[in-house]
Amino acid sequence: MYSLNRRRFLLTASAAATLPKLARAQSSIDLGLPGGNGVHTLTKAGEFGQKSEGLILQRTRAPLLETPMSVFDEGVFTPNDKFYVRWHWADIPDSVDAEAFRLTVRGHTGKTLSLSLRELMALPRFEIAAVNQCSGNSRGFFAPRVPGGEWGNGAMGNARWTGVRLKDLLDHAGVKPGARQVRFNGLDQPTSPDGPDFMKSLTIDHARDGEVMVAYAMNGRPLPLLNGFPLRLVVPGWYATYWVKMLNDIEVLDKEDENFWMKTAYKIPDRSFATMRPDEKDVPVVPISRMLPRSFITNIPAQSRIAATAPVKARGIAFGGDSGVKEVDFSTDDGKSWQTAKLGKDEGTYGFRRWEADFTLPGPGAHTLKVRCTNTRGETQPDQPNWNPSGYMRSVIEATPVEAV
Amino acid sequence: MKKLAFSLTALLAFGSIAALAAEAPKSVKIDLSNPGPYFTGDGSDAINANCTACHSAEMVLAQPALSRAAWQAEVGKMMKVYKASVDEQDIPAIVEYLSKVRGNGS
Ligand code: HEC
Repeated sequence: MYSLNRRRFLLTASAAATLPKLARAQSSIDLGLPGGNGVHTLTKAGEFGQKSEGLILQRTRAPLLETPMSVFDEGVFTPNDKFYVRWHWADIPDSVDAEAFRLTVRGHTGKTLSLSLRELMALPRFEIAAVNQCSGNSRGFFAPRVPGGEWGNGAMGNARWTGVRLKDLLDHAGVKPGARQVRFNGLDQPTSPDGPDFMKSLTIDHARDGEVMVAYAMNGRPLPLLNGFPLRLVVPGWYATYWVKMLNDIEVLDKEDENFWMKTAYKIPDRSFATMRPDEKDVPVVPISRMLPRSFITNIPAQSRIAATAPVKARGIAFGGDSGVKEVDFSTDDGKSWQTAKLGKDEGTYGFRRWEADFTLPGPGAHTLKVRCTNTRGETQPDQPNWNPSGYMRSVIEATPVEAV
Repeated sequence: MKKLAFSLTALLAFGSIAALAAEAPKSVKIDLSNPGPYFTGDGSDAINANCTACHSAEMVLAQPALSRAAWQAEVGKMMKVYKASVDEQDIPAIVEYLSKVRGNGS
């Protein structure tokens, strides 16, 4: 009994130092980035509309808000008010009139649709759980470091998205033969007259795959404005750059999209895990697309003090990328040996999956906990982190150093 | 432009009866007027004058320590890629400031 209580105390005491569950009194967080400079203030209640207090404030204008790791410990669905926020341009409407709003479907189609929210919501409903992860999530951990949004691991979230299949909208508009791509645009605007408007495109086949959808709700509620109210594109398994927010225009193209955000930005090395050496030159690049497997320990922050020789439970989240989670393994000896973790309920191929593992540290001293996910394609998080100059697609076996006492 | 007035009846014929109860979400308004922090300290005039139209200062200051050449390239990227209108005469002072607060000494 004594050791159980003591263990609880140790875990809780260490958690108190870093876990933003107790962030009410906490005003800043250090993301622990290599080379430093990872200290950020936490948001205050009401500071960003419907978003909660305690989010990691990366930028006020245009808003960049990161979800603290402790939120992912609370469940596989990330609450809307704690879901990370990411905008490129600061000209974001601060209000949307739900009655006046229209979604247009146009271009290389038989007819042009102009749909009110009411009309859209009367269409056959589609629902899917899917992880939305910024292409540059975890960029701050790249070594050598690279410029960009210096995120920790919280530029991601999982939600149950409700809306309509893009395929149904396209079928109704009547895609003409010769259609190549479908381009998505939202209500946000550049803040310089000639700045490139943020737009993204998918191939026509991808757009019609029956999973890509237009969502009007996340986790059963309307989207928070900063997550794209009233509509956002959902592209299960693909990076969030394609999940256009405040979506109001869908254009079918009969040619390849040449806009800046497709042709120039968001390019990755055309290699497995998008990786290259920092000194390599002229590596061929392609547009970023599908996500890679990742997994995290959510209940034991780095540098926690844990009771030695007493049983402890580790838990966390895993996702397969663009396929399901096949297996999660857990290690207490820096990856020398692995045990298979117990998986929680499968809420859908593209969502977070809960995992759990019981362990006992053999004796006092420093230990390194590790977790790794293998997806149903057979891809596993690598021992060594991938690297590219834009800081995209990080996937590596995460290590959590702890102290057994 | 050819616009189709899309009637609710047509939609219901096309759609299913399942979602009839769905109510359109309510209008939303939030306050996005907070400009966020500006650059502070000696030599910050040029960067405040040229580099705060599109974003607040935090993300710039959160960058890893970069070389003078890398900061020069960042300024060039803002102008070329995002069409920032930057006074050419201010560029040395901007690079100087960034190298001072977020430089790596090279
Ligand atoms: C015309 C608008 C505009 C102006 C003016 C502007 N920027 Fe930017 N800046 C951007 C955009 C857009 C981004 C990308 C934002 C994002 O990805 O969230 C950006 C990102 C950055 C970043 C992050 C690294 C990167 O390359 O994405 C840095 C650093 C930066 N700007 C520095 C500056 C400096 C220094 C100036 C003044 C010379 C400046 N900016 C002026 C639009 C602008």
